[in-house]
Amino acid sequence: MTDIVHGDANEPAAIVRRWGGSALVYAALLLWTFISLFPIYWTLSTSFKIAPDIMQGHIWPWLDFAPNWKGWRAIGLSPDTIGATSTVRDEFLKRFANSLIASTGASLLAVAIGSLAAYGLSRFEYKFGFWRNKDISFFFLSQLILPPVVLAMPFLVLFKQLALLDTLIGLILVYTLMVLPIVIWIMRDQFDTIPVEIEQAAMVDGCSIWGAFTQIVLPIALPGMVAAFILSVILCWNEYFFSALLGSTNAQTLPVMVASQTGSQGISWWSMAALSTAAIAPLILIGIFLERYIVKGLTAGAGK
Amino acid sequence: MADAALPDTQPAPQVIARKNLGRWMLWLGSGLLAAVILIQFLNATGILPLGLTDWRPTLYAFIVWGLALGASRVLIHGEAGEQSLFVLPALLFTIAMVIFPTIFGLYIAFTDWNLSAPEHHLNGLDNLRQLIGDPYFWNALLNMVFYVLAVLGQYVIAFGLALLLNAGIKARKFFRVSFLLPLMLSPVAVSWMIGKSLMENRYGPIASLARTLGWENPAFFANPWMAKFSIMLMDAWVSIPFIMILLLAGLQALPTEVREAAKVDGASGWQSFWEITFPLMLPVSVTAVILRIIFELKLADIVINVTSGGPGGATDTVSSFIYREYRDRSNVGYATMLAEVYLVIIIVFITLLLNFVSRYMRKVV
Repeated sequence: MTDIVHGDANEPAAIVRRWGGSALVYAALLLWTFISLFPIYWTLSTSFKIAPDIMQGHIWPWLDFAPNWKGWRAIGLSPDTIGATSTVRDEFLKRFANSLIASTGASLLAVAIGSLAAYGLSRFEYKFGFWRNKDISFFFLSQLILPPVVLAMPFLVLFKQLALLDTLIGLILVYTLMVLPIVIWIMRDQFDTIPVEIEQAAMVDGCSIWGAFTQIVLPIALPGMVAAFILSVILCWNEYFFSALLGSTNAQTLPVMVASQTGSQGISWWSMAALSTAAIAPLILIGIFLERYIVKGLTAGAGK
Repeated sequence: MADAALPDTQPAPQVIARKNLGRWMLWLGSGLLAAVILIQFLNATGILPLGLTDWRPTLYAFIVWGLALGASRVLIHGEAGEQSLFVLPALLFTIAMVIFPTIFGLYIAFTDWNLSAPEHHLNGLDNLRQLIGDPYFWNALLNMVFYVLAVLGQYVIAFGLALLLNAGIKARKFFRVSFLLPLMLSPVAVSWMIGKSLMENRYGPIASLARTLGWENPAFFANPWMAKFSIMLMDAWVSIPFIMILLLAGLQALPTEVREAAKVDGASGWQSFWEITFPLMLPVSVTAVILRIIFELKLADIVINVTSGGPGGATDTVSSFIYREYRDRSNVGYATMLAEVYLVIIIVFITLLLNFVSRYMRKVV
């Protein structure tokens, strides 16, 4: 850090101030790292505790408590129960699979139709009645404002009529609707940064509109699509409201299982902690390894 | 739907034939859709009992109609039709999934529909009257004011963190990933991790810490204001990274000379922040805060899972209140009226807000 106003950076006072300043910066950074990570660490470590450890508030494994598989045994995922039959584990795996199918299915569908729409809006002039590009964009984005409760009851009744209640297809449709505005926003920003001349050159060479789109534009826009996809998966994976309302036995997702267990607090902290850890583990892995894409997706259109 | 095609100056016979084919397809598709809806309607009212148990055929007919519409656009309008194919799937999907349920929701809102009752009737403005006299709804709406105001607090902390991450620090990637992680976690898991275990009265570490600091019987969800504040803390923990990332991107897009001048460095740093960085960051800030407010207005999961709106509705958001109205009382008609009124309030609020701040904002649409 250079001090512009006070000139000579090698003067002793400046050095002291500089070191003091950066010590403060790192102290603040470490404090917030602690705030961000401690709940995650707490959940992970609690999943290896037994009742006395929890009541005595032990925190450090091996130092003040001996790790125990009890919590993981309760959901059938500890080393000694992994081969045995476990109804809780079957339930967990079913919910996990439901979450996986619903979130990836919805994200794929949203990225597919969202990218098409975003490309169209970025490149062509539309006129549907009195609707121009600006109105269509606004129509898509305005869906962000719609709170889930407004659509919840009509969806419940309509899905019952359409025999889509408690099915993964129904859930995928709802989730697609939920993430579509975000996908369109990210992708339109992505396509806007690709120069039109590239496609024009391809079209002069005899490519059709669709040919230019699939062969030239899509490969360039792929990182944006990955970002939109990952962000959508995270949002769908964490979705609770619609899953709790529209699912009953077949199509409920992991958050609903976690929520249904929270009622029995106190007595089974270890199994709750194990369940929570298992539910957030995929997201933490995504967060650590694909952070670049998440940041790219979040900042599309807003930060530049 | 009108068209964007230019009229051909000298239409060749095959062009006319192609256009006619397109028109025929559209008519056929529309006719099919109308026929299926009519048959289903007759079946549902019992005039023509065909034994159809659900409305799936209408759904399939709508998909066929969508395909026919797409094909006819290409046949009639040529290249302009091909262009419209890009936006049609998303448009038809959104219209089917939003417009139809919204209209249907308006109908539900004016009935006394209760899932546990055998039938329902239109009951005029009764739901609206009940809403006006419902203290819990107004209470939840007032709580939303506090929750929205809390976004400003989130913004201040997020700005601080963004400045820290933007300073010339080592291991920036590690800090950025760490700060971002809370955003990824599901609110339901956070409800348990923080609300039900870290903040638990007897064994939670935060309660132990509070005891050490001299608070004898720490209870984070017993007192109305304390409960509200605890919910805000959890919400802030999840949401701050969102604002932080947007602000960080904004800071990094500032010209280098500005960044040099605006470094956090003693009194001069403070001054340069207020005179240079903050004004330059205003568009990004306003955009981030508006987005957060829009998401904050949907806040429900944490409240549902930690406090169920208690104590005495002190932590209720409108969404969690409506959720309980549906889950516990199966009161679909009234709950939908609440939701529709809330939607109107949101639209008015957001429109006013956007009008007020749009000149400070980034161009979004």
